[in-house]
Amino acid sequence: MDLAGALAIGFAAGVVAGMLGVGGGVLFVPALVLAFGLGQVEAEATSLAAIVPVALVGAWRQKGYGNLRLRDGLLLGVLAAGGAIVGVVIVNAVPERAIELGFAALLLFVASQLVRRAWRTD
Amino acid sequence: MPHVLRLAVIGTAAGLFSGLFGVGGGTVIVPLLIIWLGYGEREATGTSLAAIVIIASIAAAAQAAYGNVDWLKAAFVGIPAVGGVLAGTALQQRVPQRTVSLAFASLLVAIAITLVL
Repeated sequence: MDLAGALAIGFAAGVVAGMLGVGGGVLFVPALVLAFGLGQVEAEATSLAAIVPVALVGAWRQKGYGNLRLRDGLLLGVLAAGGAIVGVVIVNAVPERAIELGFAALLLFVASQLVRRAWRTD
Repeated sequence: MPHVLRLAVIGTAAGLFSGLFGVGGGTVIVPLLIIWLGYGEREATGTSLAAIVIIASIAAAAQAAYGNVDWLKAAFVGIPAVGGVLAGTALQQRVPQRTVSLAFASLLVAIAITLVL
């Protein structure tokens, strides 16, 4: 995969982020691994940096559509700080293969959640 | 359980996911806001994005301290994604989410298989 592939996946990740309210990391991480050959931990770190502007623009648009409860959103973010830092420390301390397998498990979990939600709605 | 305590539980779980897997934590936040706090689907996704701004900033700063962030490559995927999120949020206001959710689920399964192999 080349630069054009990375740009296309980046755009797709943004569409998914807007549609589903996620950061797009589930697509950023594999794109960074497959297109640029980053290791799993570097790909995750780089994904986190890419997520920030995406989530910011997405939240701003959703505010315009009347779909943002700002107080809860900010509280959630602030209350997540401890967990986020602990997660980063763990990921830098354990073997990379364990993180890869964990990430694969996360993707399967997210997929199952999406199928369950699609099943329940209408 | 009081509202703010529920937010603390959801936030802590989302933060751990974010730090461990390099994601925003939205996959944890969105379903829990809907199931546990009675949010509507679109409201949950909008509020999740606001939380992710803070969560990903903190996790990215922590990763940057380890020297793991490649800023140029972040821009390569992040800049087209900003265009994508404008399209995605606009699209979300008009289409049923079922088809998109199922297609996205299939994609994730395919990526998971690639990662394990």
